[in-house]
Amino acid sequence: MSVRARLSRRAFATGLAALGFGRKTALAQGFAGLGVDTSGFAAVTPGRRFVFPADHGPHPDYRIEWWYLTANLSDEKKNAYGAQWTLFRQAMQPGPQRDGWASQQIWMGHAAVTRADTHRYSETFARGGVGQAGVEAEPFRAWIDSWQMRGLDPMSAIKIAPLQVNASGADFSYALRLDATRPLVLEGDAGYSVKSERGQASYYYSQPFFTANGTLTIDGKSANVRGQAWMDREWSSQPLASDQTGWDWFSLHLESGEKLMLYRLRQNQSEPYLTGNWIEADGRSVVLSANSIAMTPTATTEVAGRKLPTHWRIAVRDHGLAIETVPLNPASWMGTRFSYWEGPISFTGTHQGVGYLEMTGY
Amino acid sequence: MKQGLWILAVLLSHWRRHPTQLATLMVGLISATALWSGVQALNQQARASYDRAAAVFGGARPAMLVGQDSTFSQKLFVDLRRAGWPVSPVLEGRVRVEGRSLRLLGIEPVTFPAEAGSIPSIRTSDLQTFIAPPGEALVAPETLRDLDAAEGTALRTDGGALLPPLKVQAQLAPGVMVLDIGMAQNILHLPDQLSRLLIGRTRGPRAPLEAVTGDKLRYVAPDAETDLERLTDSFHLNLSAFGLLSFLVGLFIVNSAIGLAFEQRMPILRTLRACGVSSRMLNGMLLVELLMVALVAGLIGLVCGYLIAAALLPDVASSLRGLYGARIPGELTLTPHWWAAGLAMSAVGTLAAAATSLLKAIRAPVLAMAQPYARLQTQQRWLGWQGIAALAMLVAAIAVLIGGNSLISGFAVLAALLLGAALALPVLLACVLRIGERSSRGPLATWFWADSREQLPGLSLALMALLLALAVNVGVGTMVENFSRTFATWLDGRLAADVYVNARDDAQARDIQASLRARPEVTAILPSGRAEIEIGGWPVEVLGLADHATYRDHWPLLESAPDAWDEVKSGRAALVSEQLARRLNLRLGGRLDVSTPDGTWPLSIAAIYADYGNPKGQIAVNIDAFTSRFPNLPRTRFGLRVTPGKIAPLVDDMRKTFHLDESRLSDQSTLKAESTQIFNRTFTVTAALNTFTLGVAGVALLTSLLTLSNSRLPYLAPLWAIGLTRRQLAGIELLKTLSIAFFTALLALPLGLLVAWCLIAVVNVRAFGWRLPLHVFPLHLAELLGVAMLASLLAMLMPVIRLIRMPPAALIKVFADER
Repeated sequence: MSVRARLSRRAFATGLAALGFGRKTALAQGFAGLGVDTSGFAAVTPGRRFVFPADHGPHPDYRIEWWYLTANLSDEKKNAYGAQWTLFRQAMQPGPQRDGWASQQIWMGHAAVTRADTHRYSETFARGGVGQAGVEAEPFRAWIDSWQMRGLDPMSAIKIAPLQVNASGADFSYALRLDATRPLVLEGDAGYSVKSERGQASYYYSQPFFTANGTLTIDGKSANVRGQAWMDREWSSQPLASDQTGWDWFSLHLESGEKLMLYRLRQNQSEPYLTGNWIEADGRSVVLSANSIAMTPTATTEVAGRKLPTHWRIAVRDHGLAIETVPLNPASWMGTRFSYWEGPISFTGTHQGVGYLEMTGY
Repeated sequence: MKQGLWILAVLLSHWRRHPTQLATLMVGLISATALWSGVQALNQQARASYDRAAAVFGGARPAMLVGQDSTFSQKLFVDLRRAGWPVSPVLEGRVRVEGRSLRLLGIEPVTFPAEAGSIPSIRTSDLQTFIAPPGEALVAPETLRDLDAAEGTALRTDGGALLPPLKVQAQLAPGVMVLDIGMAQNILHLPDQLSRLLIGRTRGPRAPLEAVTGDKLRYVAPDAETDLERLTDSFHLNLSAFGLLSFLVGLFIVNSAIGLAFEQRMPILRTLRACGVSSRMLNGMLLVELLMVALVAGLIGLVCGYLIAAALLPDVASSLRGLYGARIPGELTLTPHWWAAGLAMSAVGTLAAAATSLLKAIRAPVLAMAQPYARLQTQQRWLGWQGIAALAMLVAAIAVLIGGNSLISGFAVLAALLLGAALALPVLLACVLRIGERSSRGPLATWFWADSREQLPGLSLALMALLLALAVNVGVGTMVENFSRTFATWLDGRLAADVYVNARDDAQARDIQASLRARPEVTAILPSGRAEIEIGGWPVEVLGLADHATYRDHWPLLESAPDAWDEVKSGRAALVSEQLARRLNLRLGGRLDVSTPDGTWPLSIAAIYADYGNPKGQIAVNIDAFTSRFPNLPRTRFGLRVTPGKIAPLVDDMRKTFHLDESRLSDQSTLKAESTQIFNRTFTVTAALNTFTLGVAGVALLTSLLTLSNSRLPYLAPLWAIGLTRRQLAGIELLKTLSIAFFTALLALPLGLLVAWCLIAVVNVRAFGWRLPLHVFPLHLAELLGVAMLASLLAMLMPVIRLIRMPPAALIKVFADER
């Protein structure tokens, strides 16, 4: 999960850097000032007790936090779709929270829909403190502009369901209802997720067991869709390494009901760092060791003037998994202020299913 | 080619032998180009700065949402964002820093639409330092200089609020300070208030505006002409008109100088042709010569124009600031376009002024001789045509006056009137001289008149210039004088209360009023209100006035129904500003529908009052009726009547107790002083250009006389030969010129009054919407007459002295040289 963490942080931080937050030199170091100084922000330490629904809300003393949802959907004619909804929070400064415009919180939202023949995305930014964006734990509500993710009555805090999610861009919109039959999953060591050998960590839990249904509209044409969705919640104050050039991240819904998250972190100085989590159908999660994972690009696609490895061969030895992944739309490019590739994929082999792939730094 | 250069050298040698003629030509061209291009530079500068101010950050002005009042609740911003509107908030206000008034702009950089322009320092450096305390106050380099502060200094407003550290931002308009919206709200004491919302181009589904904000916000289309541009148009047209007038007067000089030069060079041309130079080559070289002169003089003129513009800029800037709140930088920036246009204007002007001479030279038969008397005869025929043209111009002036009602047509009336009068002048002078000739006895007297008449063609252009300059001077002088008189009494009426207060909010207003009631020196508290509405697409202020003797006795009513104030008190009637009445064609007793949050408010018009200098329309209604119709407006404004002598201590006390800065608390005398200063400078530019024009006319007269004096010798020599002394001759010359000038000046007086009437009753009304009463100031007229005679005397001095000192040999030589 740490790749996702890095990605998201990077996405957010770089997005803000494009806005003017970071200096160019900091950008070159990878994380736009995030690696400079964490003093004053709350530290991530092992042994934290998570409390729900309180932890669904923001943790403003920590530097960075996100609510991240991806959904693999299909309509009545079995056409496949993907949907993404992301809300990031970043604190500009540590210290007591200030009210109104003086608030040090900045919010960024990304939304996208993907179909085999098209990929649409949108982004928006907001200052905290005035109501343009924010998250409230109870009743649960996360919003930026007109995009919203909110709990429906009666909402189960431990399942973080049911939820209603909507977002729209210039030429797309979607509204989904999310239900879950299982509780959310604490990642890492009871939600304490170590990110690297250098000690970076985050608090992290996810809900990979969402079922989704609703409507998705592209160019004014609506489709009734249903499928599966995956939500990540993560917050941290920790800086990230400066020599990481990018990463390739997978979240997979296996037809057997199991879930798989894995990533490859590309580093300048050394071999890529591989890790992941195997989540059983009953919700038990096991960390995968690097030497049990193999991730190999099999084909590249040129998108937005870059070569991206959109097709992959993946093996997880300990669980007897050997699959080939294919993107729904190889051109799932997020041309946001910080640009990256994020889109739905499907896979075949020892296991079948759908999932999401995220690639940065190309 | 070589032949061409030689011809050119021969032609140019003329100027070497007649340096005064060259000087005359240059002076004419330079003054024409200088004044015109100076005015253009001023206009360009102002327009550019309006764009800069409107766009703020260099981008195009995006679409906006504005409120009914000057500010509205921030909640509307959040509501609109939540409804899908890509809006970004802006709060605008004014603060005084180091005694200077600055336009404070609070922006929100995170949502700020990219197409509205970029704020480089926010984009490239830390957004964080802009947003997070202490923040940054972005100002133009000019503003930093004005404030006499270094970058990084955190200044205080004169009201005591601490500003963020200053940071220079080159593309900002001067006089603007940009800072984060939250800080702006604190400094302006407008918590959670916004002035407008910029709409980004991001597309997406959004709820209808009315569904989100009701009627609280109004959509303003992008890139529409800015208010400033619209409001200041008339001011710039005024400047342009004067610039054009000066240009024309300058061309009169050029015309007379070139005319003389060509005539004197006829023998050279003849010789050149006789030597075998083709007429095409000769004419081509004449043209080249003219263009060379035009370019050189044009360049010098442009430099002078720059100097003139730079000298006038502070006055122009302060007029624009005072009248319209427009800020223009204190430094001129000139575009290549300006240089090119200036040179082209100079070249075209030269060719136009030289057209007749050039044509004459081109058509002249090789062996033709100058024949003075023949010239007089053609002149007489020409005079007839000129008289007809003059008549046509005057008829046109009357037609445009009746037919048109735009500002341009107002100036057209003025132009036609002046041109008609100028054309008529030689005709009138010729008539007078003929009458004089008929009624005179004795040879010398008869010669005096006849010779004057002979001299008239050579002088007429200079005299026309003098007539124009004088008439415009009389007109503008009368207008300015009328204005300053009317303005003083008007200001007394409008600023009748002694102290004006605008509290931060209703609570503070109540506190202040409660504390004032305990003070015996406060004889009355007069609550007032102000709302901004639109009537017929025109911005209109609605004033709520208390029913009090302060207003009843002093309000500057122009016309009123007998029970006007009682009608207003009832809430059924309003007082309407003159501008609004003119624009909407409202009459006493007529009806005006005002749309309020409460619905339409039908008002009858009880009176019309003067509201000089206000670019917006205005109506005044009773304060109680006002508050019931605009219930949501803050009730923070009120005036005070205070026992004389106690005002200053009261103001000091209030400032200390309630922390009110100048924008919230001001006393009458300060306001009056400020207003008077603004209006005094309003016409400074006009007056300055006016003086320039008169100066140019003086030069025109001087140069005409100088050039004439050379050709006068053949006429004077016979008189000298029959026994008149040089001194006598000089006296006669002086008397002759002075009497012609005097007659011209005398004609200029009624013409000037007509011009004044045109300015006051036509141009001002169309430009500003108000009309001043017209008074005639005989002393001022007499003074101008004196100035005109002095100018003529000065212009005569050199030729006359030259005549007195002329060696007799020179006079005798005339007979020897007789052609």
